[in-house]
Amino acid sequence: MSYVKLEHITKRYGEVVAISDLSIEIEKGECFSMIGPSGCGKTTTLRMIAGFEDLDEGRIVVGDRIFSSSCDNFYVPSEKRDFGMVFQAFAVWPHLSVFENVAFPLRIRRLTKSEIKERTQKALVYTELDRYAHTYPNELSGGQKQRVALARAIAINPTVMLLDEPLSNLDPKLREEMRFEIKDLQRRFGFTIIYVTHDQAEAMALSDRIMVMSPGRVEQVDKPLNIYNKPANRFVFSFLGASNMLPAFVSDNKIYIEAAANAGPVANEIPSHIKGDKLTFACRPSEIELADAGGIKGVVKRKTYLGDIIDYRIQIGDVVLRVEMNRRKGRFNEGDTCCLKFNRLFWYGQEG
Amino acid sequence: MASVSLQNVSKHYGPHKIIEDLSITIPDGECFTFLGPSGCGKTVLLRLIAGFEQPNGGEIFIGNTLVSSIRKNIHIPPEKRNISVVFQDYAVWPHKTVYENIIYPLKIQKVHKEEAAQRTMAAIGDVNLNGLENRLPFQLSGGQQQRVALGRALVSRPEIMLLDEPLSNLDANLREEMRFEIKELQRNSGVTILYVTHDQEVALAISDRMAIIDNNGSIRQVGTPDEIHENPVDSFVFKFLGISNFIPVTYRDGGVYIDDSKVVLDYPISEKRISELQNDTMIAGCRPHDIRLVRDGTATKGVIKRMAYLGPIVDYRIESGGKEIRVQQDIQDVHDEERSGLIFQEGDVVGMKFLELRWFKSQDVEQERS
Amino acid sequence: MFSRYFKKIGIAEILLFLSVLVLVVVVAIPMLLIFWNALFVEGQFNVTDIIQVLSQKDTYEALKNSIIIAIGVTFFSTILGVFFAWLVSRTDLPLKSTMKLMFLVPFMLPSFIGALAWKILLSPRSGLLNKFIMNIFGLENSPFDIYSLWGIIAVESMYLFPFVFIQVSGALERMDPTLEESARISGANLFTITRRITLPLMLPSIAAGALLVALYSLAHFGVPAILGTEKGIYNIPTKIYEKIYASAGSFQAIRTGTVLSSILVISAGCILYLQSLVLKAGRFQVIAGKSMRPMLLKLRGLKMPLLIFSILYILITVVLPTVTIFLVGTLKTYGLTLTLENMTLKNIQYILFDWKLTKDAIWNSFYISLAAAFVTMIVGTLISYVIVKMKVRGKFILEFLGVLPFSVPGTVIALGVILMWSGKFGINLYNTAWIIFVAYIARYMAFSLKSNSAALEQVHDSLEEAARACGATHWQALRDIVIPLVKPGMVAAFFLIFLPALRELTTSVLLYGPTTRTIGVAIYTLNEDGETVYACTLASVALIIIIVGHSIIKRITRSGMEKVM
Repeated sequence: MSYVKLEHITKRYGEVVAISDLSIEIEKGECFSMIGPSGCGKTTTLRMIAGFEDLDEGRIVVGDRIFSSSCDNFYVPSEKRDFGMVFQAFAVWPHLSVFENVAFPLRIRRLTKSEIKERTQKALVYTELDRYAHTYPNELSGGQKQRVALARAIAINPTVMLLDEPLSNLDPKLREEMRFEIKDLQRRFGFTIIYVTHDQAEAMALSDRIMVMSPGRVEQVDKPLNIYNKPANRFVFSFLGASNMLPAFVSDNKIYIEAAANAGPVANEIPSHIKGDKLTFACRPSEIELADAGGIKGVVKRKTYLGDIIDYRIQIGDVVLRVEMNRRKGRFNEGDTCCLKFNRLFWYGQEG
Repeated sequence: MASVSLQNVSKHYGPHKIIEDLSITIPDGECFTFLGPSGCGKTVLLRLIAGFEQPNGGEIFIGNTLVSSIRKNIHIPPEKRNISVVFQDYAVWPHKTVYENIIYPLKIQKVHKEEAAQRTMAAIGDVNLNGLENRLPFQLSGGQQQRVALGRALVSRPEIMLLDEPLSNLDANLREEMRFEIKELQRNSGVTILYVTHDQEVALAISDRMAIIDNNGSIRQVGTPDEIHENPVDSFVFKFLGISNFIPVTYRDGGVYIDDSKVVLDYPISEKRISELQNDTMIAGCRPHDIRLVRDGTATKGVIKRMAYLGPIVDYRIESGGKEIRVQQDIQDVHDEERSGLIFQEGDVVGMKFLELRWFKSQDVEQERS
Repeated sequence: MFSRYFKKIGIAEILLFLSVLVLVVVVAIPMLLIFWNALFVEGQFNVTDIIQVLSQKDTYEALKNSIIIAIGVTFFSTILGVFFAWLVSRTDLPLKSTMKLMFLVPFMLPSFIGALAWKILLSPRSGLLNKFIMNIFGLENSPFDIYSLWGIIAVESMYLFPFVFIQVSGALERMDPTLEESARISGANLFTITRRITLPLMLPSIAAGALLVALYSLAHFGVPAILGTEKGIYNIPTKIYEKIYASAGSFQAIRTGTVLSSILVISAGCILYLQSLVLKAGRFQVIAGKSMRPMLLKLRGLKMPLLIFSILYILITVVLPTVTIFLVGTLKTYGLTLTLENMTLKNIQYILFDWKLTKDAIWNSFYISLAAAFVTMIVGTLISYVIVKMKVRGKFILEFLGVLPFSVPGTVIALGVILMWSGKFGINLYNTAWIIFVAYIARYMAFSLKSNSAALEQVHDSLEEAARACGATHWQALRDIVIPLVKPGMVAAFFLIFLPALRELTTSVLLYGPTTRTIGVAIYTLNEDGETVYACTLASVALIIIIVGHSIIKRITRSGMEKVM
């Protein structure tokens, strides 16, 4: 049952079209992420949902209420949308104690004193901040500040939580911890999450569905595993992580990499969706294996030891492919000849 | 090209001891990294070698020249040592163009005009900044500024190059790229490089040898990246080089258990190890990639607390014997295992087969925790 | 070889010693002499005299007035400053950048020239504006009397509110907008957000600006001198002046002066201390990392009225007085109506080329201010270098001595300089240009130190060290790296000392001799002598110089900043 609907949203900044005809339906209780490089419009979209920006075209509907409508020039003010929101730089008020920060939205809503106290306490307990109720933000670490922001957002029992790169300012270890905490909170409270991040690992770990965006366009919307296993185009493929992408061509019902045609064919079947002779070869470094036989030949140009993983650069023809292998399987050394076995290949058109 | 040798070097600020009695020799032409947590004194070490600080004790040699010795009252200032430095914040001069930045060392050394111009253009080429000679730093990206700093460091053909966390301000992709570029540059020029960082990925990627330094400024281990990763000398080194699990293991009533739980540790244990365990609990260190998950059969049992797909790997947090153990499966293996049902969901009971455990004394590991 | 010797002695220590010496001679001794003189009579500690001085009716009145004026000015400046800052930074008021510039103009104009203009406009009987209003409304009596406490408060507020405006609009613009957005999404409307989030976070900036205004007003000579003395309304600086001039520098008068000065300094010190407390308490990290547009309030129906109000305000407080000065300065005789036939350009010609008094004043101001600015800039840079970059023990002495003059009003500096350089130590500079020169250095040294320290701090140590790693010696690194990078800051500091020194009045009015008038003094004395027209002509010239000077600064700092950014 879709709960948040964006219908044909367009947003322009002067000449530049930031968002173009975007339509999306988000289910109740879903964790929906928008990812993409900076400038792709993901934060703008979130801000339009929050009511901080107007729309040039389209509507935003939440539940059965219209929240933003461009043609009617009707916008429910942000303060009346009842969303919880967490910002990248925490936005915790330095002159208020932790308790006062979290109680703020409850005070605005004029709840009774005892209700405020109770709900604030609850929120603080859920985010493990009850010990810090009377401390001030400047005495807290980054992670604790972020929890204050979370507590403040959940205190009002929102139906929708908006998170704008909430973990980007935390160090990597903490980021992983907080991911789980956010997920737990969602399970406990059942709110819908709309999440913005540029970190695809984070999105994959948290989301029920992901929307991959490039500047002005939606590239793909699907479950994380589907996006990983079936990236719709070259952009999505390379955004999701390290990649080898090379021009290839068809000859005699086989596919050859252009710069390494002499090494032999990399595939003996033409995928059905490819029309024409030219296409793009795409393969993940972690999905190539090095063996003694059974694939095209290459020479190990570089072997870099990265702890658990070994990073190989293999030269085939005029081009260098990147291969990642678990160190236990890394028998080959620089200068060795080896064979490349592709466990999985992706094919895209020429301009993907 | 020169070697660097530190003998019994100490440095303190007031009562605060940064480095105590440190000795190490780096042979000529090596790419050597000092790896350690923030605040461990590695930057101070670099500054001592560069000459920006003086040691309180010990001696520093560059090549055969004694450059610092408080006892013999010798301190050769930085400008007289044949070194160059790349700083963490690049320290590219904002009022000089790329060309002027890079040519500066040659101007100071009063190198002949034509030769200076030629060497500068060569350096600009080496760091891939062709076409940008006349730009000012504020017109360059972070990565380009870093290359200016590198070019400036190389152009004077120093005996040793000192790099202080030069890549930490760059984004992940650029960092990878620059790692390789630095390594290439070093291989081509043969200059001795001393690199300082807290990022073990970079250290593993570029070093011929490295030294792990702990919070007290002492060297824990010196060796090639391979050696250190395969044979960490203690739990500090083990922990520092990557994600690690530390599992307390006890010997009770003839069996080997995780901590004081009833979970049996399924792993081949030598007689020697058993007698050590009889004396005291030991800590087994294990990398997340070195654990295989199975559904049935004898294995150490646990319950999946959390599971997340992270693209090329699946990340698990498993609770076993009251401890949390982290496991990572390569997606390649999972692919096959998917068909044989070896992707686990939260709540599943699972068996863990340890491919390799490293043993540490529990006191050592406790020390690290504090 | 030479450098090895120097290392033994320690160049850093030498520089430290020299710097301390300079500051002691220029700043510390004059201050000490003031206190000494106030507390000791003929070598003996004497407090009864102090009490007697304070309980005299006129000094007591002066004290009271100073406080009333300061409170009033602070109050109105704060309201004006906060209001306009909010208007310019947080609403969709049109023509914002023009407005911002216009609100900063009062900063540039000397307030005593403003007082002069307002005297012409609103003096009870002959004030032009008064006469105009009387004519229109057919009134018997003039509606405004500028010669009053209210007059003084109004004029000072007009010229001092930019202190608050700058602080608050800067803070508003740099504030992290998500602090307000998170309040919005939490359910707060604009009113609540302003009340519970924005204002509390702005408090440190508001307080900083307000305290600066209070400090300035307490120490101010010009406006009370022009608007107050007619009716016998004195504040402390004007009282000190009156006493000293009435008695032609008698010992008793100087004594009274030092007592009053001490009170001034102590109050100034208290204010600065208060300010540091406020700043420390409010050290909130409110500055945004990512640059995002702050939330703008849509004024809708209020847009036009507020715009008109702002424009009117600028017209009345900035344009009107300035135009008055220029026009009156061209009158053939004062009192004539402002028609073209009554105006002439001969006045300017006279002032600039024929009248020795004004020619001398212009020349004096120029060369004294230039010299003082130059010396202060160089010495300030050197001392800043020691404070910021050198690792020497005892730096804190320098820092303390450096900030001292900030709290010392111009009147007190003048008095201190008189005490020190009038023969006490064998050098008598009284009535020469030198004494003004020395006073200016004392007055502006703190500013130079602050500005140069800020510039030096921008030059990270690693920039110098990188040069040394390239083979440059310490001196070469200074020459090639540090100096080029602080040059824009130094030049900016130079102009920011030169221009105020050029037009200042408070200090030189106590130090001038028959041949050493400054522009400020000349304008003031011309006005006192009834030569209103010529006072205005000279004031016009001063205004033109100031405006030209400021545009030069803008040009230089902008091109300098680009490179260093």
